[in-house]
Amino acid sequence: MSSLQPPAQRLWWKQPLDRLEGTWIVLALIWCLFMFAMMPYWHIAGKQNISNEAYRTTPEQYSAKAQAMVDKYTVRTLTDQQLPVVHPPAESDVYLVARLWQWWPLLELERGKSYRLHLSSLDWQHGFSLQPLNVNMQVIPGYEMVITVTPDSSGEFTVVCNEYCGIGHHTMLGKIFVVD
Amino acid sequence: MSTNALYRTCPSTGLQYHKSAETLMKANAVAGVVFLLIGGILALLVTLTRWPAVHLLPAVEFYQALTAHGIDMLIFWIIFFEIAVLYFCSSTLLKCRLATPRIAWLGFALMIIGSVTTNLAILKGDSSVMMTSYVPMPANPNFYLGLILFAVGALLGCFVFLGTLVVAKAEKTYQGSVPLVTFGAITACIIAVFTIASGAIILIPTYLWSIGYIGHIDPLMYRVIWWGMGHSSQQINVAAHVAVWYAISAIVFGATPLSERVSRGAFLLYILFLQLASAHHLLVDPGISSEWKIFNTSYAMYLAVLASMIHGLTVPGAIEAAQRRKGFNKGLFEWIRKAPWGNPVFSGMFISLIGFGFLGGISGVVMGTEQISIIIHNTIYVPGHFHATVVIGTTLAFMALTYFLIPTLFKRELIWKGLARWQPYLFGLGMAVFTLVMMGAGTLGVARRHWDMAFTGAALGYEYPGSAYLLMGLVGISGVIAITGGALYILITVGSILFGKKIDVPGYSEERSVALRAAPLESHGSIGVAGFEAPGTLVFALLFLTIFVVYYAINWKYLASVWPLG
Repeated sequence: MSSLQPPAQRLWWKQPLDRLEGTWIVLALIWCLFMFAMMPYWHIAGKQNISNEAYRTTPEQYSAKAQAMVDKYTVRTLTDQQLPVVHPPAESDVYLVARLWQWWPLLELERGKSYRLHLSSLDWQHGFSLQPLNVNMQVIPGYEMVITVTPDSSGEFTVVCNEYCGIGHHTMLGKIFVVD
Repeated sequence: MSTNALYRTCPSTGLQYHKSAETLMKANAVAGVVFLLIGGILALLVTLTRWPAVHLLPAVEFYQALTAHGIDMLIFWIIFFEIAVLYFCSSTLLKCRLATPRIAWLGFALMIIGSVTTNLAILKGDSSVMMTSYVPMPANPNFYLGLILFAVGALLGCFVFLGTLVVAKAEKTYQGSVPLVTFGAITACIIAVFTIASGAIILIPTYLWSIGYIGHIDPLMYRVIWWGMGHSSQQINVAAHVAVWYAISAIVFGATPLSERVSRGAFLLYILFLQLASAHHLLVDPGISSEWKIFNTSYAMYLAVLASMIHGLTVPGAIEAAQRRKGFNKGLFEWIRKAPWGNPVFSGMFISLIGFGFLGGISGVVMGTEQISIIIHNTIYVPGHFHATVVIGTTLAFMALTYFLIPTLFKRELIWKGLARWQPYLFGLGMAVFTLVMMGAGTLGVARRHWDMAFTGAALGYEYPGSAYLLMGLVGISGVIAITGGALYILITVGSILFGKKIDVPGYSEERSVALRAAPLESHGSIGVAGFEAPGTLVFALLFLTIFVVYYAINWKYLASVWPLG
């Protein structure tokens, strides 16, 4: 029962390395270093990265900016609640508001164009989960994240909330329509 | 100093129990199992609600049950049991009296008061904030207070463990260095102290916020520090269940570590790097730089992953070498074919090892990659991953250890031995399917902590693909199978402790023995193949690495297919 007993040798750290362990440590270390290198590499060569651009904000500031965008670029409304659908110009700043229990407003983007998508919450934490693509971001009150997105497929996409935000959590949906 | 210390020696294992330590171990283990029972009942309710065809609970009760399930399992069950493991690894393995049993009882009392307080707060209905309790969503102040009391109690338990090491050293109760299993327990304890400190730093201000003394808790700061507790507490589990794996290989096979240096070095890597993993939860958060995320999520270049990969080799490698020395030396795999698969102590431990590595380990590293987190964060893939690490890894390892402890610690024979043979398979394999289908559903975008994947009552709709519904149905079925396995464990262990045949053992006396050095092994030359003393394990390890590489590549390919983001 020797793993349960003090080691046989007093100077256990001088025990020579076994061939099996030596081989495995080398293989595993190479793999670990490769995986580590993949992350910086993807920042250089990959197209899907998390933005490092973020600002402190307040619910008042953020909703004012979103409201200004909605006033300027609303093209139509949807459902009984008259939810605005906003079609902002390419390259512009697009504000998506997360609040209990809504993603507001609905967005209409053009395929192949880039947008600066801003994300923040007015109340609790929320989770931006774009389906069926399965792109997920954490949305935190007081912080405004800016991600440059380039939709490269068209159709109707749904924003599901995937950070638990209380009793209406499972009804919190938004839409991003991508048109050709 | 050591007045009135009474000991007994277990005749079948040779383990020596200090009377006060023995009672404390029993109390902590039993408290753990009680919370496992509560958490298990809640697990059934949660599973049956997420099974779309059943959808058992209403929304309010679902979120309430899920909050309690997370806390009762991840914190209360596991940490109570871990305190028992710490006392076993110090007092029993070092043949030493437990330091300050009264403080240990105070710690136990605080843990009980804390866990009951938090559970009552959740039961009241105003604390359905999930285990993470992200601010600014508020919970009842007692929710935080209970967690703080529990943490203080657990910290006292850690200090008693460390104090016992000091006593053992001072009173020379063992020769040379501490055993490997104790070394692993020390690792767990050091991580636990870090974890509890992080918890105190964030939960105390949050408690003060909940009663109105502090105006604002920054939600991002909360996330960074809370995960210093939330993830690190799972790293206590890793260190503890790896120590249990080594212990069980020694108990069942008399296995000796391939080399003390490598196994202990791997534990040392845990101490240095494992806690950095709180970053795993923050990879798609705003306001944290990529440099910070990459360094921390990789535990500084994956050195803690390296440590787990080493343990994943050295634990079965030690078993293989021990089996080969016993004569099961034919070919690559005779050692594993001839292993005691009907002994739940072994089968539970081995399923735990394989499940933790192949399911929990690989998925954890993949989703902890900065960019890959984009396609996994907060989907049901995440609970899929951690049920593989914490349930198959930790819980099943602890279950396996219990089958050993019932005769030696509780002095009872196991009842229902036939059922006990099957319990690890039912629980482990049910859980393995459960985690796989959860991960599959997460890949299809199904959210975690979500009452209704059909979004009933939402102004706008969304329909997940049919395959997502199929997978969530399988989550329900496999979940029920695993819970049946868990229920069997509780029936067998509680039944054995209450109704098992008493084992007659010599009584207590003040006499005690010294923990002697292990006998040195003869040279390894005579066993193994091609100069490797555990070649079968190397084959398993290479299979593991291949699956790891392929799955890692698949995820990058999947990530490359989503919209360009930057």
